[in-house]
Amino acid sequence: LLTSSQIRLLSTETRQAIDKAVSTSPVVLFMKGTPETPQCGFSRASIQILGMQGVDPEKFTAFNVLEDNELRQGIKEYSEWPTIPQLYVHKEFVGGCDILMSMHQDGSLAQMLEEKGVLVAAE
Amino acid sequence: MAQSRTPMEDAMRAKITESLKPTTLEIFNDSHLHSHHKAMQGVTSKETHFRVIITSDAFKSTRMQIARHRMIYSLLKDEMAQEGGIHALQLTTRTPEEEERQRQKQAAEES
Repeated sequence: LLTSSQIRLLSTETRQAIDKAVSTSPVVLFMKGTPETPQCGFSRASIQILGMQGVDPEKFTAFNVLEDNELRQGIKEYSEWPTIPQLYVHKEFVGGCDILMSMHQDGSLAQMLEEKGVLVAAE
Repeated sequence: MAQSRTPMEDAMRAKITESLKPTTLEIFNDSHLHSHHKAMQGVTSKETHFRVIITSDAFKSTRMQIARHRMIYSLLKDEMAQEGGIHALQLTTRTPEEEERQRQKQAAEES
């Protein structure tokens, strides 16, 4: 059984797999559970915020780290961020749940998502 | 000396205080709100989930939340890495000016 200290180094393979994952869509969320059934309150809150902001589902992919332990450990090394959920927009790490919440509240999240062109087009 | 029943909280308080000399440091233990979750089954620690509010001049070095949070995460690397250690941290990281501005805003909204 590998301890967390042994999983410290990110293998080239895992790094490449995660490079690919963050490129899947303009907006990528690494979360616990799925958007329909989140398995953690912070993941659920993040999905709700993205929904409220009107992120285009066609431009969004969610990865369930509970299904893939290598991803779960790897993403923490890759992002240099110890917790999940983690949001990427255009391959750039944005933050976790508390950052999303404060950006949602101060309007900076809406601004960023608008600028990046990832919201559902207005009718 | 008696052993502390809150070693994680003590470590957090000590490290953050020493490193950031905060003017505000509030630590809330929310572990009991999450102890029934599947992910927490088999975990005996009562110190897994925390909300931490920190005000410090040290945060003047960057306005980016991510960078400020990374500062805290790197201080608490060991506590977060250990088995049964800190599982989740909700952080509010502000400079004294930002804290004051928010306080005034709240006061204005409440009056």
